[in-house]
Amino acid sequence: MNAYLITAAAPYGQQPVDILIRDGRIVSIGENITDDDAERVDAAGLIALPGMVDLHTHLREPGREDAETVDTGTRAAARGGFTAVHAMANSQPVADTAGVVEQVKRLGDDAGWSEVYPVGAVTRGLAGEQLAELGAMAASAAEVRMFSDDGHCVANPQLMRRALEYVSTVGGFIAQHAQDPDLTAWGTDYAAQMNEGIVSSALGLPGWPSVAEEAIIARDVLLADYVGARLHICHVSTAGSVEILKWAKSRDIQVTAEVTPHHLLLTDELVRSFDPVYKVNPPLRTERDTRVLREALAEGIIDVIGTDHAPHPTQAKECEWHQAAMGMTGLETALPAVTHAMISTGLMDWRRFAEVTSETPARIYGHTHQGRPLAEGEPANLILVDPGAVTTVRPEEHATKGQNSPYRGMELPGVVRATFLNGHQVVADGALTVSTTGRSA
Amino acid sequence: MKHLLTTSDLSHSQAMNILDTAEEMDQVSQREVKKLPTLRGRTVVNLFYEDSTRTRVSFEAAAKRLSADVVNFSAKGSSVSKGESLKDTVQTLDAMGADAIVIRHPAAGAAAQLAASDWTQAAVLNAGDGTHEHPTQALLDALTLRRGYAAARDTGSRGTDLSGLKVLIIGDVLHSRVARSNVWLLTTLGAKVSLVAPATLLPVGAETWPVTIHYDLDEALATDPDAVMMLRVQAERMGGAFFPTSAEYTRRWGLTDERLAVVESLRIGPSQAPAMILHPGPMNRGVEISAAAADSPQSVITEQVTHGVSVRMAVLHLLLSGRSET
Repeated sequence: MNAYLITAAAPYGQQPVDILIRDGRIVSIGENITDDDAERVDAAGLIALPGMVDLHTHLREPGREDAETVDTGTRAAARGGFTAVHAMANSQPVADTAGVVEQVKRLGDDAGWSEVYPVGAVTRGLAGEQLAELGAMAASAAEVRMFSDDGHCVANPQLMRRALEYVSTVGGFIAQHAQDPDLTAWGTDYAAQMNEGIVSSALGLPGWPSVAEEAIIARDVLLADYVGARLHICHVSTAGSVEILKWAKSRDIQVTAEVTPHHLLLTDELVRSFDPVYKVNPPLRTERDTRVLREALAEGIIDVIGTDHAPHPTQAKECEWHQAAMGMTGLETALPAVTHAMISTGLMDWRRFAEVTSETPARIYGHTHQGRPLAEGEPANLILVDPGAVTTVRPEEHATKGQNSPYRGMELPGVVRATFLNGHQVVADGALTVSTTGRSA
Repeated sequence: MKHLLTTSDLSHSQAMNILDTAEEMDQVSQREVKKLPTLRGRTVVNLFYEDSTRTRVSFEAAAKRLSADVVNFSAKGSSVSKGESLKDTVQTLDAMGADAIVIRHPAAGAAAQLAASDWTQAAVLNAGDGTHEHPTQALLDALTLRRGYAAARDTGSRGTDLSGLKVLIIGDVLHSRVARSNVWLLTTLGAKVSLVAPATLLPVGAETWPVTIHYDLDEALATDPDAVMMLRVQAERMGGAFFPTSAEYTRRWGLTDERLAVVESLRIGPSQAPAMILHPGPMNRGVEISAAAADSPQSVITEQVTHGVSVRMAVLHLLLSGRSET
C-alpha cells in the first residue's frame, strides 16, 4: 500500500497542514486532504521536518560488531530521525577500498532502516602516508563522494593538498579531523586526554590545546583555497576555530563545517568526575566554546550538525580514563540535544533546524533526494517531532548497542514520533516498525 | 570523610583533624611497642599499579601499627599483567573482604573511579593517581611544615595551622601530583604558596590557582620564603622537550650550593629558626638538589618520611574507625 495521510502536521513549526504520501513521494500537501486508501497518521501538535542527514556516523561494521552493526546503528538512526547516515571509514578492515565501501553500502541497503553512505578513507589504512584508492571508491557501486580519515588527522600538508586536488576531480570532498598530532602528543604515552585549560590543570590529565585544532583548520582552508577544492571540517570544537572559519567564508573559500550536539551542550567540567563516558575526541571544551559554537551554528558560520555517533562496548568505558575509548553515542539523542541547545534557547527556529540537520548536509554530499523541501512531488523522507515532550535519556532503551551516552539521566525536550524513509514509515509512535526490506523491530 | 581522593575538597577543620590525629599517632611511633589495636580484624589492601616501594612500605607500616591485616597486591606479576580490568581486580579484592583499598595507579582519576563505582564498599585512599594528586604526601608535608613552624614560634604543633607561612614549590609542577595536592592543602591551611618553574613545566590553567608564579628561582628566594620544596625531575623530561639539558635545569632551577647559601640565611618568620628544605623523594642529587642541600641541617627530608607513617595511620584510623563493622 505505502500510502499515508499525515493530518495536522506543522511543517517547520509553521501552520498545520495535511500531507499525503504515496509510493515514496509527497503527492500533496495542504489543508483538508482526504484519501480513503491511505493510512491516517494523526500529527496534531507535531512538527514535520525533512528527515535528518548525518555526515558523521560510526557504524563499526565490519570488524567491531560487538560495538555496533550496520543494522543496529541504522535502527538507532531511524529512531533518532535520520533518513541518511554517512558511515565513517575507521572500520576493520578500513574502508579504503571499493570492496569495503560496497560491503557497507550493501549492509545498509539490506537493513532498510536508514540510507547508508560509506565514507572512504583518504589514506591507506588511515595511516596518513599514502592515498587510498579514492577513484576506485568513487567509481564503485557505493559511489563514494566523501573522504575522511576521521579519528585521525591528515597531518602531512603535502598529502592533504594532493588529496584535496585528487578528490575534486571526482566531485568529492575531504572531511578533515583537525588535530595536530604533535601538539596533542598523539600515539605517545602522554597523548592528550581532555581540553587543556583550568580543569586539566587541576586533574593532571594531559591537555588537548585548542590551537591543535585551529592550526590545522587554518592550514587546510589555505590549502583548499590554493587548489580550489572543497573542504569539510568535522566536529569543530573551539571558539578560535569559528574565527578562522568566519575569515575563510568571508574569502569565499569552499569550506563547510560541522558541530556535534555534545560540543554544543557539554563542557570539560564534566571530566572532574573522571567518568570515561565524557571522554571524546575532540574533547569537551569550555562553557565559552559552547556559547560561541551555538552562535556560529545559528549564524551559519557552522553549517551542519554531525553526531559523531561513536558506540563502544561497556568494557571500553568501564576502565581507567587513560585506557578508555573516545566517543559517545549520538544518533538517538541528537534531536533532543540540539532542541535543548538551540531551539529552547531561541537561537534558532525549526526552519534553520531543518537546514543544519538535513538540507545543508545533503547539499554538501550532493544528495538529490535527501534534505529536500516538504513540498508536492518531493521524496517522502520526513519526520514528525513532538517539540514539547520532555523525556529522560535512558541508554538501555536505545536501539544502538552503545550504552555510552553522556546524557544518561538528563531530561531533554523534543521527541521523534515518526520517521518516513522513502515513503515507508519505519518509526511510529517513537518505536521501530518494519524496515523497507521487511526487517521487524 | 568516606574516602581520601584529593586534598581539594578537604575543609580546614578536616585537614586539622587529620594532622592532630597524626600527632597522636606520632607519639605511638615513638614508643617501644609501636602498636595500637584500633583496626584489629580489619583488612587494608595496598593495590599498587606502579612501583613505589617507599609509599607502599609507609602505608604497610601504618596499617600494621594499627593492627590491621595488610594485603599487598602488586600489578606486576599478578593477573593485571594478563589484562584483567581494574573493575574485576577491585571486585575480587572486595569479595575477599577489603575494608580499605590504598591505590597507587598511573592513570589520573583511578582512585576517584573506585570510590564512585559500585565495585567495592571499601574506603578508598588515593596513594597517587597519575599526575593528578597524592593527598597523603601533601598531608605529611603539611605536618612537617607545621611542626617546624610551631617550633620556630615556640608553640605546640597541635591545633596550629600554616597561616602566614611562605612556601616555595620548585620544579616540574606540570607532571607533579605532589605539587597539586600541596597547593590545595597548604592554601587551605593558610600558607602562601609560590610555584617556581620553567613555563614549560607549569600547566596551562595554573594562573587560576591560588598561588604566585615565578619563573626565576633567585627572584623567588628573594621573597624570604619559610620553606622550599624541591620536586623531583623525571629523567624522561630531560630529553630536551621541556628544557634544554639537565645542566641548564640545575643552573636555573636547582637548589645548588650557591643557592643553599641563600637558603641558609633565610629564617622562619621573625624567628631565628632556619628555613626548611623539603623533597618528596626519591631525590636526583646533583640535578634538582645538591648533595649539600639534601644533607643540610635545614633539610627535613627524613622527618617527612617519619611523618608519612603517622599521617597514613591517622587517615586509615579516621576512615575506618568511623565505619560500622560489617
